[in-house]
Amino acid sequence: MTNALEIEGLTKTYASGFEALKGIDLHVAQGDFFALLGPNGAGKSTTLGIVCSLVTKSAGKLRVFGYDIDTHLSDAKLHLGVVPQEFNFNQFEKVFDIVTIQAGYYGIPLKKAAVSAEKYLKKLGLWDKRNTPARMLSGGMKRRLMIARALVHEPKLLILDEPTAGVDIELRRSMWSFLEEMNRQGTTIILTTHYLEEAEALCRNIAIIDHGRIIRNTSKRELLQQLSLETFLLDAETVLDKAPKLDGFASRLGDEGVLEIDVEKGQSLNEVFIQLQRQGIKVVSMRTKANRLEELFIRMVEHNAAESELDTEATP
Amino acid sequence: MNAQAMLTAYKTIVLREIRRFTRIWPQTLLPPAVTMTLYFIIFGNLIGSRIGDMGGFDYMAFIVPGLIMMAVITSSYANVVSSFFSMKWQRSVEELLVSPVPNWIILAGYVTGGMARGLGIGLIVTVLSLAFTQLQIHNLPMVVVTVFLTSALFAVGGFINALLATKFDDVSIVPTFVLTPLTYLGGVFYSIDLLPDFWQGVSMVNPILYMVNGFRFGILGVSDVNPFVSLGMILVFIAVFSFIALKLLARGKGIRH
Repeated sequence: MTNALEIEGLTKTYASGFEALKGIDLHVAQGDFFALLGPNGAGKSTTLGIVCSLVTKSAGKLRVFGYDIDTHLSDAKLHLGVVPQEFNFNQFEKVFDIVTIQAGYYGIPLKKAAVSAEKYLKKLGLWDKRNTPARMLSGGMKRRLMIARALVHEPKLLILDEPTAGVDIELRRSMWSFLEEMNRQGTTIILTTHYLEEAEALCRNIAIIDHGRIIRNTSKRELLQQLSLETFLLDAETVLDKAPKLDGFASRLGDEGVLEIDVEKGQSLNEVFIQLQRQGIKVVSMRTKANRLEELFIRMVEHNAAESELDTEATP
Repeated sequence: MNAQAMLTAYKTIVLREIRRFTRIWPQTLLPPAVTMTLYFIIFGNLIGSRIGDMGGFDYMAFIVPGLIMMAVITSSYANVVSSFFSMKWQRSVEELLVSPVPNWIILAGYVTGGMARGLGIGLIVTVLSLAFTQLQIHNLPMVVVTVFLTSALFAVGGFINALLATKFDDVSIVPTFVLTPLTYLGGVFYSIDLLPDFWQGVSMVNPILYMVNGFRFGILGVSDVNPFVSLGMILVFIAVFSFIALKLLARGKGIRH
């Protein structure tokens, strides 16, 4: 099956001489939910900008559903929906107009565009605001408006550049559900995010970019398997005043008396419960600390930075 | 993108542009109507009555074609430059750039939007002028072709200005320091016969002179230059400006990083 996105040897050097991308290779399969992660200035937005034609590449090949952007740009664009990082709509236009005008740019007649706009504005909870000028919307509504606008022409590949930045937790969760539903229905999704919890919750495959190079491109499962240590959060039936001593395990009390226990790869969680039971501590609930990807991410980026430094020092 | 889809995209841009300038009509339609009425009253009625004939017509009748053309030129230009630059500034131009609309459709859509405002203003000024003088059209096709082509030319000019502009100052530099002087010196208020030979020669390199005179020929039947040379000049300028605009768009000048 043709990949949703294929990038080969992509480079970008800005007029200032800054080398933002140093030869990136990336393949995203159809139907994937893919995260492109990296620290600020790593090259995430430049990569997505080139995919969306907002940035011109210096060299390399890029295909969207098999359409080469050098030879079939229009066909490639028809398959793409883009949600940028910053608000980029006319603040004076009404919500409904912004969405239907975008459909018009894709050649969709107004009648058909109106049906599609209604569908997505309703799904994203903006239908009541359809006649409101965009500048009157809250930050969260503006983000949802950009998603509705990106979907109005029913793209097969949706690109989101930090879609939930500055959005409250409740809204973020509802946007996650919406994106998961879109993905289940067959839309391939690529997102960049600074909330690694978001990537961990949503994505199946992850690439990490740093200093213009992909330093890791693998499945989330494989990435997380590299973790040698996982932290579990346990709620005891009675409030603990200090962390119990567990043989072979590090334990501490976290916020609101939650017991945090580090379990290394190969250790058995059963052993934790046996020791707790011996000490008369009854556990009523348990969950993992949702920062696993964050730990890995930081480790990888720090490791890459250290390697870059060594490379630089080695260069005469 | 097939032809039908391109037509839809073109209509979308044009209708959005028309909706934009009609929504803010006190800024776009009213000022030129007021300014031109003042020109008619002051230059046409008050001063004009003391000037006497110009080119064989009373002064009011002589300046009306020039004033209509001046309004068309400035409005066609201003519409495109302000609309496209504010899209750049708000980054809403990205809506167009991510879409499959070909560059020539983007240019055609904006130029048509600019022409809609320019010609609309031209019509308003023409109707206002009827309160001051009687207009007898000498050559209707010449009037229509000249005003349409001139409006298109300056709309393309506005588009190039918007692409090259990096700040709001850049949007007003060309209208203030280039368009206005060229229009005033382009025979709107006088016949170049009144000028010494040297300045007549200098005037001949002013492209607006040809447009004003082509339009004046269509209405009054008199012109300082051959009206068909005027049309030829406008067509050449449109071709050159459009080529430049499309080249800049393809390079992403001012809109792509």
